[in-house]
Amino acid sequence: MKQTTGTLVVKLVVLAIAAVLLFAPFLFQNVRSVEVAARICIFIVLVASYDLLIGYTGIVSFAHTMFFGFGAYGAAIFLKDMGPGWWPVALGAVGGVVVSLIMATAIGLLSLRVKAIFFAMITLAAASVVLVLVSQLSQLTGGEDGITYKAPDLFKPATKLLVDGNGKVVKLFGVSLNGKVAAYYFVYLSCLVLFLLMLRFVRSPLGTVLEAIRENEARAEAIGYRVVAYRTFIFCLSATIASLVGTVYAVWLKYTGPDTSLSFDIMIDILLMVVIGGMGTMWGAVIGAVLLVLAQYYLRDLMGAASEALSGVPVLPELLAADRWLFWLGIIFILLVYFFPKGIAGTAMQAGARR
Amino acid sequence: MDALNKTFERLGGVNLLPVALALVAFVLIGAPSSWVTLTVAGLAMGMMVFLMASGLSLVFGLMDVLNFGHSAFVSFGAFVAATVLAGLSGWLASDSIAMNAAALILAYLAAIVFGLVAGWFFETVIIRPVYRDHLRQILITMGAMIVAEQLLLALWGGTPFTVLRPHFLEGSWIIGDVSIEIYRGFAFILGALAYVGLYFMLNRTRMGLLVRAGVEDREMVESLGFRVDRLFIGVFMLGSALAALGGAMWAGYATLITPHLGAEMMIIVFIVVIIGGLGSIQGTLLGAILVGLMSNYLGFLAPKMALASNMILMVAILMWRPNGLRPAVK
Repeated sequence: MKQTTGTLVVKLVVLAIAAVLLFAPFLFQNVRSVEVAARICIFIVLVASYDLLIGYTGIVSFAHTMFFGFGAYGAAIFLKDMGPGWWPVALGAVGGVVVSLIMATAIGLLSLRVKAIFFAMITLAAASVVLVLVSQLSQLTGGEDGITYKAPDLFKPATKLLVDGNGKVVKLFGVSLNGKVAAYYFVYLSCLVLFLLMLRFVRSPLGTVLEAIRENEARAEAIGYRVVAYRTFIFCLSATIASLVGTVYAVWLKYTGPDTSLSFDIMIDILLMVVIGGMGTMWGAVIGAVLLVLAQYYLRDLMGAASEALSGVPVLPELLAADRWLFWLGIIFILLVYFFPKGIAGTAMQAGARR
Repeated sequence: MDALNKTFERLGGVNLLPVALALVAFVLIGAPSSWVTLTVAGLAMGMMVFLMASGLSLVFGLMDVLNFGHSAFVSFGAFVAATVLAGLSGWLASDSIAMNAAALILAYLAAIVFGLVAGWFFETVIIRPVYRDHLRQILITMGAMIVAEQLLLALWGGTPFTVLRPHFLEGSWIIGDVSIEIYRGFAFILGALAYVGLYFMLNRTRMGLLVRAGVEDREMVESLGFRVDRLFIGVFMLGSALAALGGAMWAGYATLITPHLGAEMMIIVFIVVIIGGLGSIQGTLLGAILVGLMSNYLGFLAPKMALASNMILMVAILMWRPNGLRPAVK
């Protein structure tokens, strides 16, 4: 694609987001904001890996949270059993990836040869079965309550990263450099590495083949590319990344349960993010994830206030109540799919080209 | 192998699967009385799931449109019927069967009318602009489902809703040491009637002929001068009404409903449609009965396996017949 002013703007925005996230613990010095920043990092990677599927290959999967959950539960189970340390994290990550790969290969080979719609339905069924299994196998997964555990020692709030002469924690711009900061940078760096890997991947010849398959499956097949093999491969790749980022999230939260990693609500969040941000551009994932996570945390407060202000009017306060934010997002989502199927990033990137 | 296949087809082919399943379950369960109870429960559940799934399957067969928002009709149907029943609680409390029945019929009618209107709205506003674009179709109908679920939460609140049952459907018939819940028998009969009605409409009327022809080869029917898109609205409305009716019946069966009802049934409906083969009514019925029986038997034999069993059933059938048991589209 030619470099347009729109593309430049989008890239600058993404760069600015990356910079803000890099200094987040120092810019926003309260617990909630750092929580939001970490969640944004995680979701950027999760949404980008989903974008590999939906945007670059044109297949819709509803099992993405399943892979995310495998990674998270892998780390959670090992951290719980073996106590805090780096080995359980590594084992959990590997275990999650292996399970994800097996499931992805099985689902892919079974259903990727048929229509896109079949694939969507089968992944939906598989994901819901895993969700039910996780809540039933409570001795392994903690059931509905999930698992609480300790993260590696480095990330404890009491850990001192830098110590001054008196043995106290060094403060930088008023922030004490303790384990919490280390945990945030662990999340940030892992996410950055995974995101850059994906960015490199879509620029590779393999990424181009996938785009060719999305644009015209029959022609790609005729040229000699084995469509099913490529699709299964990308499904496995995106599952692996989702699983890894799931492990990172589990280490950050120190808690894993169906609501934080596996539930269908997260799948809907991912879908909203990828469509609102823009499919088929890695940048869109960044923009969508940032907007939606911010909306999740701050729009609710705003809507709660609006609901109280309108308390005299029938129905409206109900629809504006803080819990109904998904209602409005759903409507925005539908309108976007109708009128701007390329999402915010895609539309912005086109804008420069017309000029 | 060929000869074996032919014998198999002559004996009834895939239609024998539920019978085989029932026989295996009979051996495993051992006690005939619990087997009968479970079988009736499975058939009743199968019939209700069939009502919910038939519309989805027909719409897909005719127009290549898969509605991920279909479950919204089910949950709205359940809540509309439950609200009407709650409003008519005076009628339900009275001793006369006529009053009871009138309340029930009114509740079901309300659900059906709602399904028709909502189906029309859904088709014209949501789905029409995205025909033949699968990716956007999945996304849009998914978005519509989110909005519908939130609307349901806003209108009825998040708390579980108790559904009143008419007096004459309470209790069970007791034959020997076999007990059959009356409501299950009723649900089975109503579902069977709906199936027979649908079957006659599809196989004996002119409209049904057009629908079947449209499923087979849409372009050809259009080039003969028939307005398939108008026909499609009709089928879509009918499908939504059936889903709403299925939801209303399910509400009476479950007696306690939550706004997540639709999302829970959605998975089962999808599995049924995949097993049966998209686009065929007989296939959907077969799939629904298989799933209903399977989940009731396994709910008794190995409770933890109940939902996973449907998945295993689906995988097994897809390995054997990748297009489902009785696909309409060749």
